[in-house]
Amino acid sequence: MSGSGRLSSLLIHGVLILGIAVIAFPILIALIASSHDQITLVGKFPFYFGEHFIENYRTVLGEGMKRAGGGAVGPMLMNSFVMAIVIAVGKIVISILSAFAIVYFRFPFRMGFFWMIFITLMLPVEVRILPTYQVIANLELLNSYTGLTLPLIASATATFLFRQFFLTVPEELTEASRIDGAGPMRFFWDVLLPLSRTNIAALFVIVFIYGWNQYLWPLLVTQEESMYTVVMGIQRMVTVADAQAEWNLVMATTILALLPPVLVVVLMQRWFVKGLVETEK
Amino acid sequence: MAAVAFSAVRKSYGNNPVIHGVDMQIADGEFIVIVGPSGCGKSTLLRMVAGLEAISAGTIAIGERVVNNLEPKDRDIAMVFQNYALYPHMSVFENMAYGLKIRGFSKSDIEARVKRAADILQLDPYLARRPRELSGGQRQRVAMGRAIVRQPAVFLFDEPLSNLDAKLRVQMRIEIKRLHRELGVTSIYVTHDQIEAMTLADRLVVMNGGRAEQIGPPKEVYERPATTFVATFIGSPAMNLIPARVQAPDLFELAGGLSVRLPAPRGAAAGTDLTFGIRPEHVALADDGAPLTVELAEELGADTIVYGRLDGGQELVVRVPGYLELNIGDRVGIQIDTSKVHLFDKASGQRL
Ligand SMILES: Nc1ncnc2c1ncn2[C@@H]1O[C@H](COP(=O)(O)OP(=O)(O)OP(=O)(O)O)[C@@H](O)[C@H]1O
Ligand SMILES: [Mg+2]
Repeated sequence: MSGSGRLSSLLIHGVLILGIAVIAFPILIALIASSHDQITLVGKFPFYFGEHFIENYRTVLGEGMKRAGGGAVGPMLMNSFVMAIVIAVGKIVISILSAFAIVYFRFPFRMGFFWMIFITLMLPVEVRILPTYQVIANLELLNSYTGLTLPLIASATATFLFRQFFLTVPEELTEASRIDGAGPMRFFWDVLLPLSRTNIAALFVIVFIYGWNQYLWPLLVTQEESMYTVVMGIQRMVTVADAQAEWNLVMATTILALLPPVLVVVLMQRWFVKGLVETEK
Repeated sequence: MAAVAFSAVRKSYGNNPVIHGVDMQIADGEFIVIVGPSGCGKSTLLRMVAGLEAISAGTIAIGERVVNNLEPKDRDIAMVFQNYALYPHMSVFENMAYGLKIRGFSKSDIEARVKRAADILQLDPYLARRPRELSGGQRQRVAMGRAIVRQPAVFLFDEPLSNLDAKLRVQMRIEIKRLHRELGVTSIYVTHDQIEAMTLADRLVVMNGGRAEQIGPPKEVYERPATTFVATFIGSPAMNLIPARVQAPDLFELAGGLSVRLPAPRGAAAGTDLTFGIRPEHVALADDGAPLTVELAEELGADTIVYGRLDGGQELVVRVPGYLELNIGDRVGIQIDTSKVHLFDKASGQRL
């Protein structure tokens, strides 16, 4: 870069900084709000951190908002975490196996099955939510982890992604492993899975966040407080009857709810970015 | 090590026949090279031996066993692919060891075998690397190593060198030859490259349109091609094929009017039409020979290839040793070496 390079570099950095500010500002507000007591936040907003930071988080994690009838956030985080993990792992396992079956095996109605899976892409959770609820209710799976996660596990998108990836794996690799004596599952385990690991990591991040952020479905299938997820919890804290919402605690909960997805992204980043930008020869 | 026997082997993809009955006996330890134009079924034939394609009819036997219904892993073969087909996520060592590991060899056994193969192929410094950190030639050697460690009865090669540059190809060709001498394993090798075919083969199989047109030692295929197809396919530039008529048992009139008298009668009745073949290197320049008008001369250094036309209009290619400067339109005299003439049936193309 030369001459105008400096200017355009400035411009680029300006835009980037602006973008980061737009994203980071609400988080900053949440952080600040979560460090004051309830009174401070009534009718005004402080510009700097207060002294109740640790106290707020301890309250939220341990006992929750007693006055508003909200439970402790700790168990909610746990529920969310279990749900997100089970959905992510389940989705990946199911979809990689179905993609494997569709790409590598000749069975009757193979393309039929492929299209059946593919068509469900057009039916997101929200569209089929009532019949799904009916099924789960009839199976008596309400208020259970199974009910919370099972309907969200089947995934046409992930199956399709893995299928597309498997189609790019050279056929000679399959043949070489057949000659080496690997059976289908051995080939899957020793060759296909390691080759898919960047895809798996990328998908894991995306699906984990998808699971973590589920709102409507947990709202429907859980009636017992012990099964509430954190995203539902926040909603319940805000809409308290006959009292001020305790915004300091709500914000603390929000920050806590933000952490696990961030953690997953940070931990998986190395693989995730690799999966997006690099294809292994 | 084992012999391989093909009997009446056929292959169809759906209703589309691709291999039309191949019969061939490969002796234990023999190096067989399959050549032929693109799409003639070389790879298909090889893959049927490997067990990667089903055999539509006929049988293939490796050693005493008919292998038609055996899985590739049970056929005691190893295959080297054109694009190497190495496992990208495994190190060189793991690539070579994988087949042994699956077969349940002990760790020390695996190590010993891989070590030996790495020694033979000079791969020692690279054992810890991934395939993508290797050059094309090194990858090809790893692919070969993977085949060697298994100590199979038969090696199968499908154009293993065609992704390499010319120099490396020569080097690897010599290496394969050496390997075969050392290990003595029955090998079937598919190639497009004539030099590979001529230098590696104990016997050459020339395929055309799903049939084996000729099977024989390279020298025999070169000197006594069974059909006009083989005659033009093997040898570069290709053999001159000229329509001719028998005047007398030893006297032929070529298209364009040139008469050629052979040293001895060849048993063709006077009056029959046939195809007269002569290789470019068996035509010499001679001042008092039949006149040829030069249309193009390629100076290759060691030889000069002269493309010209006889006075009657018949095209003729001549290969002259040494460096010869000729211009388009020059007229030279040519002399056919009458002891090197090939005669083919006009209709069937079969050698007479
Ligand atoms: N899977 C397949 N389905 C249908 N036809 C096929 C299939 N594989 C090969 N063929 C056909 O079989 C014929 C022989 O193919 P093959 O790959 O054996 O040719 P080849 O001699 O190896 O050619 P090349 O030198 O180009 O590799 C070709 O006409 C090809 O179109
Ligand atoms: Mg081929």
